[in-house]
Amino acid sequence: MRVRVLLFARLRELVGGDSLEMEVPEGTTLGELWRLLQADNPALQAFTSPPLMARNLEYAGPETPLTGDEEIAFLPPVSGG
Amino acid sequence: MGRIVRDAIDLQELAGRVSGQEIGGIAVFLGTVRIQNAGKRVVAVEYQAYASMAEKVLERIEGEVRRDFGALKIALVHRIGRLEVGEISVGIAVGAPHRREALAAVEYAIERVKVAVPIWKREIYEDGSEWLEPAPASPTGEAG
Repeated sequence: MRVRVLLFARLRELVGGDSLEMEVPEGTTLGELWRLLQADNPALQAFTSPPLMARNLEYAGPETPLTGDEEIAFLPPVSGG
Repeated sequence: MGRIVRDAIDLQELAGRVSGQEIGGIAVFLGTVRIQNAGKRVVAVEYQAYASMAEKVLERIEGEVRRDFGALKIALVHRIGRLEVGEISVGIAVGAPHRREALAAVEYAIERVKVAVPIWKREIYEDGSEWLEPAPASPTGEAG
């Protein structure tokens, strides 16, 4: 299945764009997706700790499986306020 | 009205949104852009948001405040884009029957905003810029 991942702040700068798309096996989890993206985009390897992850506008853990029909985002530690 | 805004935050307007006949106290917190951070002189700050999710998280924090603090009204707003030193980045106003609820609710709300709302701050210096990435805290408020 094809998934699109939204990126923000430093992650966005590392890859030079605000999203990435990738073909992944059915049932891939968020954590696996992050590792696949890192393998595919060496620039992301500068981001050593796992990012926060969101699925359909809610924070979600790395064990969350993907269906391919959702909005995924990887987020650096937040620094608003 | 949106909680993520590009225009300047207006204190009078914010407080007005939480006033009313049942309100005995309004507490307000404003976060402003400071001229120095960690020894570096800050020229300006740029805030970026995952706006659709940030709106949702801010709405949830408002719900928590109404539920847990006896606050009757709350207004939460965060500005994004480029802000100059001294400008207001975040505004929180709480109206409650009594001062204690209002003050406690405002403190709770700003602490939640800092850890849970998907907004990022890039500090711009005279010789470069840097995204701030504080040590991660649990954005859902759970331990761990």
